Amino acid sequence: MITFEGASKHYPDGTVAVADLDLTVETGATTVFVGPSGSGKTTSLRMINRMVEPTGGTIRIDGEDIRRQDPAVLRRSIGYVIQQAGLFPHRTVLDNIATVPLLLGWRRAKARARAAELMELVGLEPAQARRYPHQLSGGQQQRVGVARALAADPPILLMDEPFSAVDPVVRTTLQDELLRLQQELHKTIVFVTHDIDEAVRLGDRIAVFRPGGVLAQYAAPERLLAEPADAFVESFIGYDRGVRRLSFFPARDLSPHEDTVFDDQTRAEDARDIAEGHGSPWVLVVSAERIPLGWVGTDQLSRVPAGVPLGDLDLAPYGHTFNIGTDSLRAALDAAVLSPAGRAVGVDEDGRVVGVVSQDDLGTAIWSVTE
Amino acid sequence: MDILIDLYQWFADPAQWSGASGIPARLVEHVYYSALALVLSSAVAVPLGLLTGHTGVGGFATTSLANFARALPTIGVLFLVVLFAGIGLVPVVCALVALAVPPILVNTHEGVRGVEPRLRDAAQGMGMRGREVLMRLELPVATPLILIGMRTAAVQVVATATIAAYVGVGGLGRYIVDGQARQDLTMMLGGSVLVVALAVATTLLFAGLRRLLVAPGLRAETASAR
Repeated sequence: MITFEGASKHYPDGTVAVADLDLTVETGATTVFVGPSGSGKTTSLRMINRMVEPTGGTIRIDGEDIRRQDPAVLRRSIGYVIQQAGLFPHRTVLDNIATVPLLLGWRRAKARARAAELMELVGLEPAQARRYPHQLSGGQQQRVGVARALAADPPILLMDEPFSAVDPVVRTTLQDELLRLQQELHKTIVFVTHDIDEAVRLGDRIAVFRPGGVLAQYAAPERLLAEPADAFVESFIGYDRGVRRLSFFPARDLSPHEDTVFDDQTRAEDARDIAEGHGSPWVLVVSAERIPLGWVGTDQLSRVPAGVPLGDLDLAPYGHTFNIGTDSLRAALDAAVLSPAGRAVGVDEDGRVVGVVSQDDLGTAIWSVTE
Repeated sequence: MDILIDLYQWFADPAQWSGASGIPARLVEHVYYSALALVLSSAVAVPLGLLTGHTGVGGFATTSLANFARALPTIGVLFLVVLFAGIGLVPVVCALVALAVPPILVNTHEGVRGVEPRLRDAAQGMGMRGREVLMRLELPVATPLILIGMRTAAVQVVATATIAAYVGVGGLGRYIVDGQARQDLTMMLGGSVLVVALAVATTLLFAGLRRLLVAPGLRAETASAR
């Protein structure tokens, strides 16, 4: 547990980087400091490993005042990941990762064996061990940066905008990897970003900083999206917070309809009769294995000659599906909005159709959870 | 073309290749003064440059001193020291050291200053102390630039060590000074060719040192940057 007790940082020129911060970072969870530039989020992070000394207040790790420790010793017990990784250009990937173990006086062979383990943990190929940082892509460099921070198995990991310099696709992959690692390792992670989406994705708790180094709100992401503390937090989160909040509600509570799902051998007029009986203008056509094939409207079904199977008709694309077991209401809503039929196709983990959810059904579900 | 034939004959004369005033002996003297001056200069300039570069203190003083030293006429320094220390090796080495210190000092200082701040931040953030940051990050990253400074100094020293002949301590400068006194153009030219060849050999030596001392990860980077 890391506690800030009235911590502040005032510079001699009068600038206030952090103003009287009171905050508790829970052990084993990911806490994200988010805010615009000049809000003191990075300064607050750097106070934890004494890269910045506060001008007022106290910071404790598990109750102990960090000022009572030698800064170098303190830092060796805290993993540190920075923007663009900051890898040493003259050292191989393996020796970069082994940096802190070597500082701690491990034998070289043991430090390198540990570094090789970490390469595997963060998803780097063993063949990359002998390479130099400039031979790696930005995403790979950042993986090395994370491995280097974890090398001495520190309980705390400080990450200062680690993924901001890589492209969006790689960033998403790195975020997924971090979530996976954290499920395995349960480190106390403090993560700084200016990207609220990244904060919501990664954080168990989010601290929103406002310019002037003031903590505006400290809450779990669901809470933050549901109840922004003030106008600043609300505008910082963005206008679509309502939709984004849906990612915290599972889609498994929806009840998909099977009545308008037909296999491709069904005769057009049979499908039309049943669909019209349910008042649905669309039917979903699936294969014998229940893999979705596409949508067809009941008006089109009335125009085809009797006896033609659904599989012979021109089908509208079914768009993208959502997984009923693992996806959120946000994914279901997205699938419905993008579907030509205005209905989302729910599938199981094997991609087989479970049923169809209309926008009306979704509206009811959203209404009930966000009440 | 006569001059080339004369030059060839000068080099081909077996008498040139033996004795205390033969080419091998002169070459050894020349290399000895040059190497001594370079080792002493490096012993002064590298630690000083590392210190000022690492602490950032005295950077202005260092650069100013180096520029001042660059403006000193080497021959002037030579005769000035002769006034105090008399004829011999001391004035020669003093003059050469004054010549060699500035490029080594400036390059060492700039090499350390030029280490990217985020690398220094990462090093400190991982728990390196000042000396560890210097030895494990700044020195290795600055090595290519330090070697370039030393190479510049070495080539200048090799070319300038000919002044040793003025104060009677030999070296390849003898051929140039004596040739001038005797109006023997071939001898002067022969001496110059030897100095140029030694300078080229020095450059090659530093290319070899670069391969040996600079980490492969930096070699590619500096090769493309320079």
